[in-house]
Amino acid sequence: MSRARRFLMGVWEFVVGDDWRTALGVVLALGATALLATTSVAAWWIMPLAVFLLLALSLRRAARG
Amino acid sequence: MSGAELGLAFSVFLACAVEAVEALTIVLAVGATRSWSSALSGVGAATLALAAIVAALGPALTSLPIAALRVAVGGLLLVFGLQWLRKAVLRSAGLKAMHDELATFREESEAALAAGERQSGFDGYSFTISFKGVLLEGLEVAFIVLTFGANQHHVGVAATAAGVAVLLVVAAGVAARAPLAKVPENTMKLAVGVMLSSFGMFWGAEGAGASWPGGDGALLAIVPAVLVMALLMARALRGAAATLGAHVGAAGEPRAVETAEQAVSA
Repeated sequence: MSRARRFLMGVWEFVVGDDWRTALGVVLALGATALLATTSVAAWWIMPLAVFLLLALSLRRAARG
Repeated sequence: MSGAELGLAFSVFLACAVEAVEALTIVLAVGATRSWSSALSGVGAATLALAAIVAALGPALTSLPIAALRVAVGGLLLVFGLQWLRKAVLRSAGLKAMHDELATFREESEAALAAGERQSGFDGYSFTISFKGVLLEGLEVAFIVLTFGANQHHVGVAATAAGVAVLLVVAAGVAARAPLAKVPENTMKLAVGVMLSSFGMFWGAEGAGASWPGGDGALLAIVPAVLVMALLMARALRGAAATLGAHVGAAGEPRAVETAEQAVSA
């Protein structure tokens, strides 16, 4: 494995850790917030709901593992 | 100091204190078994490297447009914070081992003794282990200082909070002359996870264009809500683990419920 690839994997591991699904969920939730914010509907509630669901699902996976 | 700045200083202080305790254990182990001068040289070199990283990346981050900065930094803080929160909740629920500074000290000391004869003068092993330990633990703090500080345009406040935490931990370590085993690390990690997740959520949503009811005042509701959510999830997991243990115990296998109950009462 090249040094550059090892470095990038290290950065990924550092930021995302062992749960890439949670990181993906955060990105998707921010995207959904941005989309809804362009309408007249309030968008602030998406992130708290996403955090609750993402943490619950992550804990469930970890507990089952 | 505004509420957000106070939250910034508090989060950075706690995160840095936790990481400093872990780094102190490593430095104590190699310093006591091999060479203090080399171990402390490693600490100094790692500190300089971390300061250089913060000094180089801080201005680069703060030069980004505010909306892009908030959504990127908010998202990163939230991902990072949820990692901390998940691990702290699992430890609180007895599903992950608590961090044991005394055990780490013993392991590092044994490894240091087994690493071959100590060099007179400069001891490469002590320098390397101290450097790596402080750098790796410190990178998490540098990340929090940069992201939190850049978002608030207060990298200086964040860096100061980190410095104060390090000084306090070092002073406590010198006074105790031992690993700081009685520091409530998991409680502190839970608090850091709550703060990082709360601020990450708040800034990420703002950067994405959402408006929070009450503006900055929404944080006064977000932080306690995230804390209550984490505590309830830990409680639910403990209950589920205890129930599972009861079934396992009934089948004659080792009772997991004892482990969970012992971890909860520890």
